[in-house]
Amino acid sequence: MEVMFMVRSGRYTRLNVYLLILSILQVGLHTVEGVWPLPQAFTSSTERYPLSPQAFYFGYGRQSAAQQGCSVLDAAFRRYFSLIFPDYTDGRLHFNQDKPFTVEVSIDHDDCEGYPNEDSSERYNLGVSAGQASLKAETVWGALRGLETFSQLVYQNDFGSYFINKTEIEDFPRFQFRGILLDTSRHYLPVQAILKTLDAMAYSKFNVFHWHIVDDPSFPYQSSSFPDLSSKGAFHPMTHIYTQSDVRRVISHARLWGIRVLPEFDSPGHTKSWGKGQPGLLTPCYKGGTPSGTFGPVNPALRSTYQFMARLFKEVSSVFPDSYIHLGGDEVDFTCWKSNPDVRAFMQKMGFGSDFTKLEAFYMENIVNITSALNKTSIVWQDVFDYHERRSSLSVVEVWREGCYLCEVRRVAKAGLRVILASPWYLDLPGPTHNWARYYTVWPLAFKGTEEQKKLVIGGEVCMWGEYVDATNLSPRLWPRASAAAERLWSDEKQTSNVDKAFPRLQDFRCKLLRRGIRAEPLYVGHCKHEYQGV
Amino acid sequence: MSTTLKFTALLLALGLCRGLRHNYIDNYIDNYIDEVTEEEAELVAQPSKYGSLWPLPQKVQLSEVSFKLTSSSFRIVDAKDSTAGPSCSLLQDAYRRYYEYMFGIAKRQQLNKGRRTGPSELTELQVWITSPDSECDSYPSLTSDESYELSVNLPYAVLKAPKVWGALHGLETFSQLVYEDEYGAKSINSTTISDFPRFAHRGILLDSSRHFLPIKVILANLETMAMNKINVFHWHIVDDQSFPYLSRTFPQLSQQGAYHPYTHVYTPADVKMVIEFARLRGIRVIPEFDTPGHTQSWGKGQPDLLTPCYSGAKPSGAFGPVNPILNTTYDFMSQFFKEISAVFPDAYVHLGGDEVDFTCWKSNPDIQKFMDQQGFGQDYSKLESFYIQKLLDIVTATQKGYTIWQEVFDNGVKLKPDTLIHVWKGNQQQYQNEMAKVTSSGYRTLLSTPWYLNRISYGQDWQGHYKADPQDFEGTEAQKKLVIGGEACLWGEYVDATNLTPRLWPRASAVAERLWSAKDVTDINDAFNRLSVHRCRMVDRGIPAEPLFSSYCPHEYKGI
Repeated sequence: MEVMFMVRSGRYTRLNVYLLILSILQVGLHTVEGVWPLPQAFTSSTERYPLSPQAFYFGYGRQSAAQQGCSVLDAAFRRYFSLIFPDYTDGRLHFNQDKPFTVEVSIDHDDCEGYPNEDSSERYNLGVSAGQASLKAETVWGALRGLETFSQLVYQNDFGSYFINKTEIEDFPRFQFRGILLDTSRHYLPVQAILKTLDAMAYSKFNVFHWHIVDDPSFPYQSSSFPDLSSKGAFHPMTHIYTQSDVRRVISHARLWGIRVLPEFDSPGHTKSWGKGQPGLLTPCYKGGTPSGTFGPVNPALRSTYQFMARLFKEVSSVFPDSYIHLGGDEVDFTCWKSNPDVRAFMQKMGFGSDFTKLEAFYMENIVNITSALNKTSIVWQDVFDYHERRSSLSVVEVWREGCYLCEVRRVAKAGLRVILASPWYLDLPGPTHNWARYYTVWPLAFKGTEEQKKLVIGGEVCMWGEYVDATNLSPRLWPRASAAAERLWSDEKQTSNVDKAFPRLQDFRCKLLRRGIRAEPLYVGHCKHEYQGV
Repeated sequence: MSTTLKFTALLLALGLCRGLRHNYIDNYIDNYIDEVTEEEAELVAQPSKYGSLWPLPQKVQLSEVSFKLTSSSFRIVDAKDSTAGPSCSLLQDAYRRYYEYMFGIAKRQQLNKGRRTGPSELTELQVWITSPDSECDSYPSLTSDESYELSVNLPYAVLKAPKVWGALHGLETFSQLVYEDEYGAKSINSTTISDFPRFAHRGILLDSSRHFLPIKVILANLETMAMNKINVFHWHIVDDQSFPYLSRTFPQLSQQGAYHPYTHVYTPADVKMVIEFARLRGIRVIPEFDTPGHTQSWGKGQPDLLTPCYSGAKPSGAFGPVNPILNTTYDFMSQFFKEISAVFPDAYVHLGGDEVDFTCWKSNPDIQKFMDQQGFGQDYSKLESFYIQKLLDIVTATQKGYTIWQEVFDNGVKLKPDTLIHVWKGNQQQYQNEMAKVTSSGYRTLLSTPWYLNRISYGQDWQGHYKADPQDFEGTEAQKKLVIGGEACLWGEYVDATNLTPRLWPRASAVAERLWSAKDVTDINDAFNRLSVHRCRMVDRGIPAEPLFSSYCPHEYKGI
């Protein structure tokens, strides 16, 4: 198998191994192995039951805390009906003799109108037997995961009839934070493209959309407090912005899919576009004794900077309901700060000497305090942790640099802070898709540490930076490679460490994505019963 | 000159710098940050003096004088003396297509009869086919005249071309000259263009065997090829993995060899549609039926065609390349290529001939016996030559010319003097040596090595594709003339309809300009500026062409 992933010679890849793979696929994956990501514990049998769209029902259990009228589940029932029966187009109910099949959902807590959060239980139990399935979960979010699993268990035979096998599943995620980062600054992503990505995320049981919404190249977020930020800083002030209602739409769509929306407003670096609509925010760079006309990072020496940030984050905190907020803090270039006499004077006053990391730490501490006062938990890129002396003020650190990323994970956990791992999942670097195994064979807890320290690793994140990505190529670049990471973050590591075993399952899953209209690219030669029909 | 170079170097440095956001290129920060001031770091496409023309025409004269165009009054019409009139549907279709590109489809025509056209309004493009035979109802060929002359001025613009093929390219060029002024009004500047391709063969290879490509995606890419003045669709239609071509003579080939006998095949009607759609855009369709290797899928529907491999003294159950020692093989090939020569009108067919693995032939005792009889000894390339020569005779009898991959030449197979040798192997040094060798033997050649677009890497790899020049090798002028062009190849191991279009465009556009424009069009900075707008134009026309770098298009891709 290794060979098959690595060797390319001659005009094309000359391998016969694929024949083996194809023959595995022919057998079909009608058991729990067909579910991606793999559930934690399951038993299945070859006993199968027919399903008919004319006689298929979702219902609430009598003891369920959630009942009809539960917005999240009512919407999910409609959605999953179409996903389970993709050929079904006739809305009328015919009289028929098909045996009815009912999926009965029972929830312990009625959280139908809330938002998923970092403590939400996503655990569920699913039992499929003759004529019925029973889905039990603590929360609606767990029920959503169970419905996704149920939908993946249903299959069609060659004549188009639907079946499901007798199955028992007990499932829960390995990590509570399973995210995907999209970058809407380097290229603007139309809202439709974001919504479609949220759909696909739910199919792989991702639960956090990390919205890297602004950066150097553009500021598409339309702020109600500071409208100039987008009217001057977006690529186009009318067409390339996210209005407040766009943002609400994304958040509410994500909620119905059990996905948190985590906004990132990265500072003090990566803020060039901010400066266009907020004069005085960025540091003027000097050349010789005079301003050169260019600007560097946010100016940390001015009181007005913090007043601005406090107002902006107050708005952002109320617009985005999630209790986490990402503050960035990465890749700050000191050249401009060094050149500016006012910044140097401030350094003297504060007793920072010539150590600009102290100035940066000072700035970040202020920003963290602003967001803490707004009851938000802040996430920062690892850079902030690396130069911060008073690490106790930090909460969650996202590790992104390459190299020994587990060394960094260990350092952060040792300091008692929570960790999100992103380094091994930079999917914007393309490479042939067969690299998917690279994203699969990642072992986030393979560092020396106590049980307590390992618990501090709350999850991981797939990053899709936007230099070379926009709506034209986002989907095929993201899927199904992100799904490889999804299994690592959800499933039991021991059961899912084998690339050879995962390959045919992921092939099958990517065909399911295609069937659902997700433009997921192929892993290798082969075909899907229903190919993508767009261009 | 030195300024340009310096600027280019800077641009490349910026490409790296700006690409490093969380992208593991930390060192570059330190190396470049001092040289790159903040303003320059804004790698944004600047307007080129050539606007958005792509590929750049051979001779362009642009003036500052601009005219307005309105959808209500503007028309593309046949010139009075044109040899192609309203009966030439190829042109009429093209007029409509380019009108829609320029003005959009959805907008309702408000024919405001009372409105007078303004003094600086251009209302007509006259298309004038000048030679007695416009070739309107023919197929384009390797020797087609693709030249055209375009003059945009009042009272009307004139597009002159000897044949319809040049007119098609001229229409594309005209549509590229149209832009929106700051009030959104369509405008065009007074312009004179005289244009013709540097190379006659400018192709793209798509592989429909490793993944089946639905017709829709093939047609969309033909459409895009026309936008880039690419004139050959090299259809690598079958291979080891599947045989989607539905043969009338041997229907079992796809019945057994396709991924699915009904949903994953190209019917005769499909193939006809592709060929006609291509013809209407001045594109040749050259099918490749690669033998004797790369034929696993053929064996399923045609028993005894492939060589049975042996393990020890017994057949192993596996099969190798086409069996070259049986008369039935050649009977089959005669019938099969007779059909192919009738279905595909182009004068050339690609016969493949690459990567033949001798292991299976070596294992087979009948083949060994045959080798002895023929006096080939242990030299299996002689057996390959034997097969290829018979095949070439068969194809020659169908009145077709042929293209073969370079190995056939390398192995010393006797070839007809008009054979096209397709170079695909090696690094730069090696392929340049190969080009020199092939042309010094007097054969014409096509280059693909630097343009394997299925190979992807981080960053702006289009620049590498852009810089490769097929005539850069040691050789005489006469040798250089034997280079008839090149092809960008998109092999299908990791490509299907989900990712084909954004992977191909705008990277193939870089190859398109190299093959069309003059040799000295090499300013990568200017290319970036024009290509950025060209890619947005493709997006605007509904083609998901991927971005070159952080930026935006006025109308982003609306599909998902």
